[in-house]
Amino acid sequence: MQFLLSVIHDQPDLAPSDEMAAIDEFNDRLQADGHWVFAGGLGFPNTATVIDNRDGAAVVTDGPFVESKEYLAGFWIIEAPDLDVALKLAADGSKACNRKVEVRPFL
Amino acid sequence: MNGSDAGGAIIQAYREDWARLVAALTRRFGDLDLAEEAAAEAFAVAVERWPSDGVPANPGAWLTTTAKRKAIDRLRRENKRDSKHQEAELVFDDHPPEPFGAVDDDRLRLIFTCCHPALALQTRVALTLRMVGGLTVPEIARAFLVQESTMGQRITRAKAKIKAARIPYRVPSAEDLPGRVSGVLAVLYLIFNEGYLATGPGTEPVRSDLTAEAIRLTRLVRALMPVDGEVAGLLALMLLTEARRAARISASGELVTLDEQDRGTWDTALIAEGHRLVRERLASGMDPGPYQILAAINAVHTSARDIRDTDWSQVVALYDQLVNLDPSPIVALNRAIAVGELDGPEVALAAVDRLEHDLAGYHAYHATRAELLRRLGRSAESRLAYGQAIELAGNSAEAATLKRRLDQL
Repeated sequence: MQFLLSVIHDQPDLAPSDEMAAIDEFNDRLQADGHWVFAGGLGFPNTATVIDNRDGAAVVTDGPFVESKEYLAGFWIIEAPDLDVALKLAADGSKACNRKVEVRPFL
Repeated sequence: MNGSDAGGAIIQAYREDWARLVAALTRRFGDLDLAEEAAAEAFAVAVERWPSDGVPANPGAWLTTTAKRKAIDRLRRENKRDSKHQEAELVFDDHPPEPFGAVDDDRLRLIFTCCHPALALQTRVALTLRMVGGLTVPEIARAFLVQESTMGQRITRAKAKIKAARIPYRVPSAEDLPGRVSGVLAVLYLIFNEGYLATGPGTEPVRSDLTAEAIRLTRLVRALMPVDGEVAGLLALMLLTEARRAARISASGELVTLDEQDRGTWDTALIAEGHRLVRERLASGMDPGPYQILAAINAVHTSARDIRDTDWSQVVALYDQLVNLDPSPIVALNRAIAVGELDGPEVALAAVDRLEHDLAGYHAYHATRAELLRRLGRSAESRLAYGQAIELAGNSAEAATLKRRLDQL
């Protein structure tokens, strides 16, 4: 089953090079061990735009859908048999990127 | 067979077989919710049938068979859409039949699942009491002073998270085991402590139902993991604490502190068992964890026939060891109390005063200061400290004792 590992951060700065190297290493391991599905870093919340077209008239709003100190900085989608495996990978991922990681299962 | 015999057999089966039943059903069907409901239904059928039909020769096997049928009935009812697929799965049981009672791993799996760190601590406590202990939701709600509906929701949400987030039903691997066992023990100790020093107005100061349940569950974990030193340590700690229960509350409902307890009312059988466990751990030669050290401290206390016979230097040495493992302010406070007996109240007060920043909101900090100030003859300050302790005390019997001491000043 698949899990979303969300990288949670609260500073508007990119990972320094040593963290990037650790992330690359972690990504390589995910791929070698068959856990890798997809991963990516995201632009800062101030680059976000929310669109609401529920009424058929698309309303565009500048900024993220929720304003909070912490935001989603990036994510991994991994394949893992159960939560214990996902938590272990998230722990390694958190160490590699030096940020908090939230684990959630896909439905 | 008369009805009261059947009633006794049902109660006995409930105490002995509930966790086994839920655990076996969870393994078979992979669903805690279904397992719990089917187990409860099986007991309901027993209540209906056993008084008239007689107690079956093997109550555990009877309950398992009945519960499995109930679970399958329920699955058939709830899965009309893909019933063919479901039935195929149900008919094909890939688990070989196992003799009832031999699959202790199932219960261990159940305990580790209920105490999974991905669940909030209070949720783990509730789920363990329900799934492993067999307490009803109203009983658990009463024990933790929350609404029945709140507790029901908490347990339901926990089961839903276990299912949806894929919390595995298994004993952790050898490398993860030490870390995960400590979580299980924390849950059991929390249950015990809530029973031993119950909080909130209108509750009994000591909830022997909860302390008994905590001891029963810890005995179960010990039987399942006999080589874990901290499991043995926690069991010893609980037994040596429970042994003093009768002496802890006076006829007038006050909490009686260790120095004033009637040691003749201590339970010698529990003390002997606790001491045996502590000696066993000492003989192992392995470095003790916090529960083993706390058990050893309690073994020193329960070895003394009189408070004056207490080997305080031994107690302080054990607290020194504990501070190394757990440098929390509460451990430091308890160490200071022992120091007070060994080196006098002045030394102890200096140590206690250093904890003000961390413990100003904790009643035992003020109660300890009050006692030390009283012994130093500083009555006015002592009165003030008693007042703060009474205000913060959550346990009714403890507050009553503090009031009496204040009045005696």
